[in-house]
Amino acid sequence: MWHNLAQLPRYRGLINSLVARELKARYRGSILGFFWSFVNPLMLLLIYNFVFTHLLANRTEGIQPYALFMFAGLLPWTWFSSALNESAGVLISGGNLIKKVLFPAEVLPIVAVLANMVHFFLGLPILIGFLIWFQHVPDIGDLIWFPVVVAIQLLFTTGLALLLSALTVHFRDLRDLLANLLTFWFFATPIIYPYMQFQDYKFWFDINPFTHLAISYQELLFFDGPFGHLRWLLALGGLSVVLFFIGYWVFDRLRDSFAEAV
Amino acid sequence: MTNGGAHAAPAAIVLAHVSKIYRRYSGRQFSTLKSALLSGNIVRNLRPSETFPALTDVSFAVPKGSTFGVVGRNGSGKSTALKLVAGITKPTSGTVEVHGRISALIELGAGFHPEISGRENVFINGIMLGLSKREIQKRFDEIVEFAELEDFIDAPVKTYSSGMYMRLGFSVAIHVDPDVLLVDEVLAVGDEGFTHKCLDKFGEFKRRGKTILLVTHSLSLVERFCDEAIWLDGGRKRAEGDPKRVVGAYITDVERQEEKFLASTDARAREEAGEITEKPEVGPLDAGDAAANMFEAGEGRWGSGGVEIGDVRFLNDQDEATHVFHTGEAMTLSFTATARRPVNDFVFGVGIFNAEGVCVYGTNTHIEDHIGDQLEGRAEVRLDLESLDLVEGTYKMDVAVHRVDGAPYDYHRLLYTFRVKSRVKDTGVYRPRHRWQFAGGVKFKMKI
Repeated sequence: MWHNLAQLPRYRGLINSLVARELKARYRGSILGFFWSFVNPLMLLLIYNFVFTHLLANRTEGIQPYALFMFAGLLPWTWFSSALNESAGVLISGGNLIKKVLFPAEVLPIVAVLANMVHFFLGLPILIGFLIWFQHVPDIGDLIWFPVVVAIQLLFTTGLALLLSALTVHFRDLRDLLANLLTFWFFATPIIYPYMQFQDYKFWFDINPFTHLAISYQELLFFDGPFGHLRWLLALGGLSVVLFFIGYWVFDRLRDSFAEAV
Repeated sequence: MTNGGAHAAPAAIVLAHVSKIYRRYSGRQFSTLKSALLSGNIVRNLRPSETFPALTDVSFAVPKGSTFGVVGRNGSGKSTALKLVAGITKPTSGTVEVHGRISALIELGAGFHPEISGRENVFINGIMLGLSKREIQKRFDEIVEFAELEDFIDAPVKTYSSGMYMRLGFSVAIHVDPDVLLVDEVLAVGDEGFTHKCLDKFGEFKRRGKTILLVTHSLSLVERFCDEAIWLDGGRKRAEGDPKRVVGAYITDVERQEEKFLASTDARAREEAGEITEKPEVGPLDAGDAAANMFEAGEGRWGSGGVEIGDVRFLNDQDEATHVFHTGEAMTLSFTATARRPVNDFVFGVGIFNAEGVCVYGTNTHIEDHIGDQLEGRAEVRLDLESLDLVEGTYKMDVAVHRVDGAPYDYHRLLYTFRVKSRVKDTGVYRPRHRWQFAGGVKFKMKI
């Protein structure tokens, strides 16, 4: 495992070009091209914004402007959920590579996570646009934590993606299960509603790792005041490191079965 | 003399006692978490339930700079051996050592993405095969030129024909400039012209002292091109060494298998034909009709049974029974005729048909001036064909005994099969003995 892990930096070039290919291939052949990466989150935002500012308006007290609040959590969630969805199928669809070419299989789920991270970055200008529109100035000092949150989310997502992609080769129905699980997970996480309004469920929020990422993003970008969730975030960082190694270990153990099972 | 031993070139590839056992998970195509949970044991579901040995204790070494051929039937483990050398799968036991950069021509264009252009795919494929961006940049024009895709390189790969796709894949793989090139039956990818270019490229590799491991069904390629060869059969090594000898041994074995197969088809045909049956529609009184019918009827056996034909065999020049012959070899047809009562009106006849049902040759004793006088009890008949001058193919034979007027005693219609093999893929039916001769301003080069 350690040997293979040490090889990983050597595939930088390969990972780079595969991520670039992923992005190019996705937007080629569609009229709006690269704009889809803006349009998709905007559509989601429009829908939720309509529901929560018009239909369920009384629930959004204290989180105004609501669009900004929700977007701060929705954007990272989109990265997380698409990365997992994609990596679940990535070894099976990339079967040709694994079976016929000497190819480091872990590159595939990693590329899925990174490609979606690029989408996340491409969505950030919209977020900045909102901040300017609503004349909402986040604490500049706190913003140095933003890359840390992103890094922890990257590690956490990659660990899960490795685990999922390896297991899906052997249990094909994990993909269907995952789609449902992610919907449930989304609503169980304080993304479209604020965390502090539902203290009864505090325990359930706290054991949900994505809660801490969502709250971190919200505190950094939306709420005023100091970055109070730092402790939780760092704890999640520790968990992510462990998860990454577990994910990589499982992946490495099942590696030799991929060429035969996909 | 230093050690008194022969100096061997250092090996580029060494396989030592390599076995590969493929696992089949749960006997199904793939398992699901649901079934794993229902059966109550996730770990057991990850364990293979069946195994299949693809290679068993195979050892060979490929000296640096040599071209090494692997021959064998489908499913003999050739491709598995190649995948092990390429490092795509790991041996279940034994060791595989490879020295130098490998490029595998196994699945051409395996990493191509259909939506993006040929140009971008060349770069990504090159990086996958271990080149740096700069190296690809340097070789890019050469790659495109070799693939003959100058006009299409900026079009998405999904618009390529399968030939273009393969050519581009081949071109990238071969421009990786490997020390060891693994080739798995890829010469069938292009048209005649491209195949020649590939072979020239292989020749160039050879001259530059690169090692080539070639898996192919083209035996002539192995004979002409390889320095050494092995023959794998059912996952085991059957022969190793001089390509001519290995290929020869392999061909002999293929023929033996074919012989077995033909013998069993023959036996089945005879069994289906069963005993002699009276066929009222066949067996008219004049010979002309009989001949017409001979060309129309399907296989079977019929006649009055007054004389019975049995023990029909094809013999080679060693008098051994066989069903496989080579073009130009001698062949003897032997059978017995047993008369229930003595008869004096009888003709022995044979007919040879090719796979399309064309009568290649037909004759009988009567038209060759052997006028039947007396047939009593059991007689043995032999027909010697000095030279079987037929092109490669499967042939069927009629053997019959009938009256001069055509009424059959025992007619065996297309019940006997033999196969003619030839190293030359000429066409037609008849292969006259021949030789080319040239004079003046004409020259030929050896075909690879």
